[in-house]
Amino acid sequence: MRLVFKQKKIIFGLGLIIIMIALAIFAKFICPQDPYQINLGEHEKLQPPSFEHFFGTDDLGRDVFTRIVYGARISISVGFIAVLISLLIGVLLGAVSGYYGGKADWLIMRLVEIMLCIPTIFLILMALAFLGPSIRNVMIIIGLTSWAGLARLVRAEFLTLRERDYVLAAKILGASDARIIFRHILPNALSPVWVNATLGVGGAILIEAALSFLGLGVQIPTPSWGNILTDGIYYVDSAWWLMIFPGLFILTTVLSFNLVGEGLRDVLDPRLRK
Amino acid sequence: MIPMLIGISLVTLIIMHLAPGDPTSIRYGLNPEVSQSARAKLVQLYGLDKPILTQYVMWLKRILTLDFGRSLLDDRPVITKIMERLPATLLLNILSLILIFGIALPIGVTAAVKYDSVFDKVTTIFVFIGFATPTFWFALMLIMLFGFQLGWFPISGMRPWYVEYYSLGGQIKDLVWHLILPLVATSFGGLAGISRYAKSSMLEAIRQDYIRTARSKGLKERRVIYRHALKNAVLPLITILGFILPSLIGGSFIFETIFAWPGMGRLGYEAIMNYDYTTVMGVGIISTLLTLVGILISDIAYAVVDPRIRYK
Repeated sequence: MRLVFKQKKIIFGLGLIIIMIALAIFAKFICPQDPYQINLGEHEKLQPPSFEHFFGTDDLGRDVFTRIVYGARISISVGFIAVLISLLIGVLLGAVSGYYGGKADWLIMRLVEIMLCIPTIFLILMALAFLGPSIRNVMIIIGLTSWAGLARLVRAEFLTLRERDYVLAAKILGASDARIIFRHILPNALSPVWVNATLGVGGAILIEAALSFLGLGVQIPTPSWGNILTDGIYYVDSAWWLMIFPGLFILTTVLSFNLVGEGLRDVLDPRLRK
Repeated sequence: MIPMLIGISLVTLIIMHLAPGDPTSIRYGLNPEVSQSARAKLVQLYGLDKPILTQYVMWLKRILTLDFGRSLLDDRPVITKIMERLPATLLLNILSLILIFGIALPIGVTAAVKYDSVFDKVTTIFVFIGFATPTFWFALMLIMLFGFQLGWFPISGMRPWYVEYYSLGGQIKDLVWHLILPLVATSFGGLAGISRYAKSSMLEAIRQDYIRTARSKGLKERRVIYRHALKNAVLPLITILGFILPSLIGGSFIFETIFAWPGMGRLGYEAIMNYDYTTVMGVGIISTLLTLVGILISDIAYAVVDPRIRYK
């Protein structure tokens, strides 16, 4: 644990993440303006950044900074919940595959290969179009399409760990398979999983932004980083503030999750330690 | 490979059947002139009244001959629509593959050779930023800066109508001019990943025993690095092709839409937005097929250049 906090990457990334989450939670106090408040007055629409509106206003006179801060709620929660879903599926399938081997392993690994070969974004776009875009569907579908790498990782860990003596000891003591998998092996197999999951949050935020941008994710008027950019594209020649700020927020957030993930990898993988 | 295709087709079919409504209601539901009996006939024609498994087997038989049926949107054969669009997608993706490897390899190798130097640190930072950049936003930034502010490049399309009147050279020039922004946008995402992979692969190669042997033989450092280490570092990169192909082809759906590039990705996006079931299916199958062919080529190439694999 002390090693974790010696890592500059982790401290820097974690700090940024905490700021972002604080923004999301305390959005009401930070931004007195209403993210849905429309002001069609001539001097309210499409205003460049100023002291009154840090990031300017959009075509409906809404404050862009406020919408970005409220958008943080959605983007970050989509990231976390999507990864949670993919963790559940990936860890379970990987564990079963690695522990039992045989036919179950064969079937699950073929499934993993299929998931890794299909252009995932196409699958997600299609699923959202046919099932209807909503925040809930976005979380579920990103989760359902991103577990394959995790399953592979967990399986590899289980393949080596199941041969250990303590597993044999547990078996002799009459522990059930479920107990061996979850109590004995899984805790030892988790370190690569944490790295992968942290990087996964960033990945899910990127996908959500792209989906919302294409109109298949979070629906207007609910603000999300992706759909603020969709509004911005109509004013790409005049209102640069609509385009630059949401993107920078996505970049910073994803970067901070990636930094923590990479930092964890450095700590957890002793081969990379200098 | 075959199970893979069956897998994608099954997933596609399941998603489409979970969706409310059926293709006939999307196509004709709003048209009062289409009578109930005519709709019933259509349902029968497409086999929509049969159980899903029967439908699937029927459909599977047809796609073996690349017959995806007709588009629900304009009644043209799906395969014709895809074939029209495929060259544009292939052009863009193959060029961006070349660009990605052409830039990322030297960067990664140099960073490994000069480990911990300023160059290495700067590229590491860029790789981190590259991983975190939403690629579609990067494309929008390109459009904003080079399309609007500077006005250097066109922001959309591939072949405007007026190029018909240009000479061949003029047409090629115009194509290159239209290609630049989409090409930079599609390549950007892969650069970070590949340069990082190249670096770690090169680092591993440099630490091998045969490098120490080469050095102790008194070979020049340049020769050690570029003859002995580089060859062994680049080989595993061929298999990386299999990893970036799905994301590259997946990216087509986004970038072709942003740049109005007349390729298969944009066809797929439009088909999805219009609930054009048959075209969606066709695009899904063909894009998975493309990925698989790419992976197969990279596997064969690896076996050709690396004899250790061949004799296993």
